[in-house]
Amino acid sequence: MKTLKLYGGEVVNPAGEKKGRLDILIEEGLVKAIGTDLGSADETIDVTGKTVFPGFIDLHCHLREPGQEYKEDIASGTRAAAKGGYTAVCCMPNTSPVMDNAAVLALVLEKARSASTKIYPVCAATRGLKGAELTEMGELAAMGCAAFSDDGRPISSGAMMLAAMQYADTFGKLIMAHEEDLDIKGAGVMNEGVNATILGLPGIPRAAEESMIARDLILAESYGLRLHIQHVSTRGGIALIREAKRRGVRVTCESAPHYFSADDGACMGYDANTKVNPPLRTPDDVEAVKQALLEGTIDAIATDHAPHHKDEKEIEFALAAFGISGFETAFSLAVTNLTRDKDKLAELFSVNPARILGKPGGVIKEGVPADLTVADMDAEYTLTEQSLVSKGKNTPFLGRKLRGVVTHTIVDGRLVYQGGSSCR
Amino acid sequence: MLLSKKDLIGLYDMPAEEIAYILDTAATMKAYLKQSAKKMPHMQGKSVVALFYENSTRTRLSFELAAKFLGATFSNLGVSSSSVSKGETLLDTGYTIEAMETDVIIIRHPYAGAPKLLGDHFSGSVINAGDGMHEHPTQALLDMFTMKERFGDLKGLNVSIIGDIWHSRVARSNLWGLKKLGANVTFCGPKTLMPFGVETLGARVTSSLEEALRGADVVMGLRIQKERLEGAFLSTLREYHDRFGVNEEALARWCGKDVLIMHPGPVNRGVELSSAVVDAENSVINEQVTNGVAVRMALLYLLTRRKNEDA
Repeated sequence: MKTLKLYGGEVVNPAGEKKGRLDILIEEGLVKAIGTDLGSADETIDVTGKTVFPGFIDLHCHLREPGQEYKEDIASGTRAAAKGGYTAVCCMPNTSPVMDNAAVLALVLEKARSASTKIYPVCAATRGLKGAELTEMGELAAMGCAAFSDDGRPISSGAMMLAAMQYADTFGKLIMAHEEDLDIKGAGVMNEGVNATILGLPGIPRAAEESMIARDLILAESYGLRLHIQHVSTRGGIALIREAKRRGVRVTCESAPHYFSADDGACMGYDANTKVNPPLRTPDDVEAVKQALLEGTIDAIATDHAPHHKDEKEIEFALAAFGISGFETAFSLAVTNLTRDKDKLAELFSVNPARILGKPGGVIKEGVPADLTVADMDAEYTLTEQSLVSKGKNTPFLGRKLRGVVTHTIVDGRLVYQGGSSCR
Repeated sequence: MLLSKKDLIGLYDMPAEEIAYILDTAATMKAYLKQSAKKMPHMQGKSVVALFYENSTRTRLSFELAAKFLGATFSNLGVSSSSVSKGETLLDTGYTIEAMETDVIIIRHPYAGAPKLLGDHFSGSVINAGDGMHEHPTQALLDMFTMKERFGDLKGLNVSIIGDIWHSRVARSNLWGLKKLGANVTFCGPKTLMPFGVETLGARVTSSLEEALRGADVVMGLRIQKERLEGAFLSTLREYHDRFGVNEEALARWCGKDVLIMHPGPVNRGVELSSAVVDAENSVINEQVTNGVAVRMALLYLLTRRKNEDA
């Protein structure tokens, strides 16, 4: 029975009782004790001066396996996730074939056993992500699917969206909604605005996102159903959600680090690494996202880690793939651009994601799985392509000076990442 | 004076002095062009390749003649528009052309930003001959040259551009260039064809033809593409011409006699401009074509000269 002790760190634990300068003793993958004078352990890690968070949980990522392993695979993706401090990640179903059936889910669950982090698979809500027929949510939920989503695409039919929410709710699961009116979006490739006008690129109006958010809030409210809204990017969308929450609608939502760290001015040189959906919006939207994260209207930071191959990005902007590689920069971007409030960071990266999923985690206490993220809040670095362990080097933040570095990631008591090298 | 960049991607980023300098050089080139012996040695031994992903006979011919009058070798790489998404990548094509010791690539492309991407990876000069809805800088330069030739100075000149502003790279390039040289630009058309926020970028925007024509020194029509616009962006061409088409009566009612009529071509007679307006004495549509060759000669010369003096 090997034991591991983390000593000297500051435990940040807004959902738990024990916090502050405390040591943590881990045994058999579980937190055995939190306190001082915990005695000796088989292994010890000195985390003096560092911050110990409940393990980060990513509500939204793309691991690309099966089918697009040239972009990323479960092993490389979760290695990158571990480096970013994640102890669990929700992978979206737009793989090839689509994760809309038991066979693909079984494959992902099997691969997950040797992955660096826990994986909470999110299966398709409709077959083939086509928005026409419901998947076998009962069977998928029983196998271990965490939630349902057609992410990458909206469920365009309002009737189908309602059915998906009701059917998922039957099995105690949540729909995570990619909100986008494809007709309003049209051929858009970046935010509709003066920068798109100058670049001559077709714009994606904010109305494309906001009108669908409005529709789904009304559906959730009318039928008392739960709804999770993915990657919120606009001031108007946030206002709709804020109002809905005030009325008691059972809605939660997430935004991604790029929506509070960059605006559509980043697109001005046609760098396709800035191409993402929803698109980088205006400075005013960036401010709104920050405010909503800090006040709690937006519940969680999710990466929407979307790795792509260089060949899909070093081409004409309109032809390039949408998406930003995000695991390894999420925490640093939050510390650099959003807040240094450690409790707030713990809520956005861990407490609220666990609550939304209904999964263990988000709290450090005796008896829970030892999923922990250790960070140096003050370390600084300049992001380089070489430093990224994800296969996807597609980030608009290359060359940026960032603050806040994950130094250790522990999953079920196992050290899966330690500053500069991954352990598994 | 040397141009500060090796490529001509657009006028948005080009300093006003450089635009003025190109126009001055074009005046010299036009004088050469009007000689009976047109061949000049400015680009002797240089290789110019046209890479056109969209059909264009007139722009390509204009560049070809400009390069040949200056003594350069001019070649075409035939690519179909379908090869944009299916065939070799733009950069691979660029590397191939580069490997053949090419000095200048002239590119036309259906997607905005393609010339910028090529220019970032090609050691020679790239000239944008039109990319998506982004820019068509040589067209705007020849338009400005034509106005300058007629009015002497662009400062305070009122230029009204009427039609499909939304899809028009010509309108965008003209806006940037004309504003830099002190002209006032009015965009006129239905609201479905107006780019987002363009009024905050220096254009006066109106949906009233009368407002656009009153006080205008230059009236420029833009091509209306029936297949693309009818039903989606406007109702019928009939209604378009009725509301936004420029005809003799409208000009007589709202414009001075000296108003300059321009169009980047090809014209849909009876849609953007009535036939009588196209053929009127104050129409300089054919002069624009001549000036296009002169402006492109000036650009080719200035960009390749820049390269020589760098080395």
